[in-house]
Amino acid sequence: MKELLKKLAEAYGPAGNEGPVREILRKEVEGLADEVKVDALGNLIAARRGPGPRVLLAAHMDEVGVIATHIDEKGFVRFSNVGGVSPYTLLGERVVFENGTVGTFGTEKLDDIKDLKFAKMFIDIGAVDEKSAKEKVSVGDIAGFQRDARLDLGGRVIAKSLDDRSGCAVLVQVLRELKGRDIPNQVYVVFSVQEEVGTRGAKTAAYGVNPDIGIAVDVTGTGDTPEAYPMDVSLGKGPAIKVKDSSVITHPRLRQLMVDAAREKGIPYQLEVLERGGTDAGPIHLTREGVPSGAISIPTRYIHTPSEMADLSDIENAVKLIVALLEKPLGEKLL
Amino acid sequence: MLLKALTEAFGVPGQEHEVRDILRDHVRPHCDEVETDSIGNLIAIKRGASKDGPKVMLAAHMDEIGLMVTYIEKSGVLRFYPVGGIDPRVLVSKQVLVGRDRIPGVIGAKPIHLQKRDESEKPFELEGLYIDIGAKDKDEAEKLVKLGDGVIFATQYAEIGSGRAKAKAFDDRVGCAVIAELLAKDRRWGFTLQAVFTVQEEVGARGAQVAAYALEPDLAVALEGTTASDVPGSKEHLYSTRLGKGPALTHTDASLLADMRIVRRLMEVAEARGIPFQLRELAVGGTDAGRIHLIREGIPAGVVSVPTRYIHSPVSIIDKQDFEHTLMLMEAFLDSIDERGLPC
Repeated sequence: MKELLKKLAEAYGPAGNEGPVREILRKEVEGLADEVKVDALGNLIAARRGPGPRVLLAAHMDEVGVIATHIDEKGFVRFSNVGGVSPYTLLGERVVFENGTVGTFGTEKLDDIKDLKFAKMFIDIGAVDEKSAKEKVSVGDIAGFQRDARLDLGGRVIAKSLDDRSGCAVLVQVLRELKGRDIPNQVYVVFSVQEEVGTRGAKTAAYGVNPDIGIAVDVTGTGDTPEAYPMDVSLGKGPAIKVKDSSVITHPRLRQLMVDAAREKGIPYQLEVLERGGTDAGPIHLTREGVPSGAISIPTRYIHTPSEMADLSDIENAVKLIVALLEKPLGEKLL
Repeated sequence: MLLKALTEAFGVPGQEHEVRDILRDHVRPHCDEVETDSIGNLIAIKRGASKDGPKVMLAAHMDEIGLMVTYIEKSGVLRFYPVGGIDPRVLVSKQVLVGRDRIPGVIGAKPIHLQKRDESEKPFELEGLYIDIGAKDKDEAEKLVKLGDGVIFATQYAEIGSGRAKAKAFDDRVGCAVIAELLAKDRRWGFTLQAVFTVQEEVGARGAQVAAYALEPDLAVALEGTTASDVPGSKEHLYSTRLGKGPALTHTDASLLADMRIVRRLMEVAEARGIPFQLRELAVGGTDAGRIHLIREGIPAGVVSVPTRYIHSPVSIIDKQDFEHTLMLMEAFLDSIDERGLPC
């Protein structure tokens, strides 16, 4: 799974441009599901059919990025954000467009660093004039962070896009481990698009799947760094079973089933109360007549920067927890 | 003239009846079905050659930003609240029309010679403004208006300069006019064309949501009037669009990452027919397409806009060439679906 995680985290895939990530995942899940399809918005859906309730598991393929909005006569590229990016994060950073064009960031003169805004910044792709810039980048092109993933730190990893390629890797691994096994639930794995711009892909995918239960697998923040905002989640203490965030309150029966599954198998877990932020579970639980939903989160530091950090044991234990949950008959018990 | 009638019509969100009546009369002779749905959207259908063929939706919103009467003072003046995104600084001293009966009024505020020094140095805030309809007291005012009445700006359409026009509510009567004129060409395509004139876009694209759910199109394009900030004081990279440079194609706004297959098709047909176009150089704002593309299992969507200066104010300006080119582009786009199939 480490190899897959590295490949996924390093892949280009800002919101709306998930193609390269989708191709990696499609190759991985073909052979692990009864049906693999892509819907109108670009969600990749891998279905394991059979008897039992339909369980939708969602991890999003997209990452945050920047979008070219204007190219000036000197070849500087003005931009806006795609998803939650801080202008401060971008200083000194490198981004890459889908065609491989790399750029770094500059700013207009500032009296105070607090005045730093996207409108005062530009991407410098090394073009000498407008014409040569436009040969490489067009208005509307979207770039993502350019960073290698480091998995050689010991138990922890630093990479861009652990949000949410770690979730994607978890769900591929879940399908691998379920291969050839009979379980009492149907599994619909959704690799969703456009989560970072408002959980858009999960909305249409959940409508199409029409699940009985929904679970998002995504990252969450931690409170385990110096003078951090208080949050009772730490790296290395197990996957976090979401209690609530801004978009969903995990169905209490589903939360209990996840806790029971972890306890029965001796899998470490934490409970997550996230004050701000949402996941794909938000739109999923409001689909059609309502879907009991929740989330399992990978504790992650420095989210939405090119250097997010997670603990591999949490990722591995998330796989174990989801498999343990899916081994339970989930239908009758839930409501 | 359609654009004049549409832009002078009354249409704050939820009270789009005048706009709907004008559009219904204009499109009915050219369509197979024209209906108003439960929320007030006007839906005009031109059926295609086969029943199972694709369905293409074009959407433009009938509503405009405006005000709503919230309180009548003892003195007979009206307190109000904005409906949709209005900068309160543009309101003072504007002439307005209140309610279905178009009662004339003026937005008043404390006069300059009574203002304290710190008051005169700041723009008026909403709380300090009121509408004066000339009523002597509350009783007289209540005979003319009631709480919840919408308020529009009393702006006349006029053609000015070289080929430009000024009016209120080009956002989005210009989009309504493009679709209505397209229907009036009395052409038919192989696919079913669903023209939807939506309600309540300015308060959250509400009409488009239910229309798209009911109609289940295979592809949707929203027609809009979008920001043109090509004016003094604005830096070039923040212009977004420019008047006279043709219809603006959206790649991204706050509500939508446009389906690039639609954007590319639009660019291809524009180039093939020599129609000028521009890319919208701004990633903020939202349209009906933001709601439509998330309906049911997802609907590929895009946005084509007529550049409009000073939107969300009492008066805006467009270039009529941009309007004509937008109409040409949309016709070419629909033709391309017959010739080459849907782009997605």
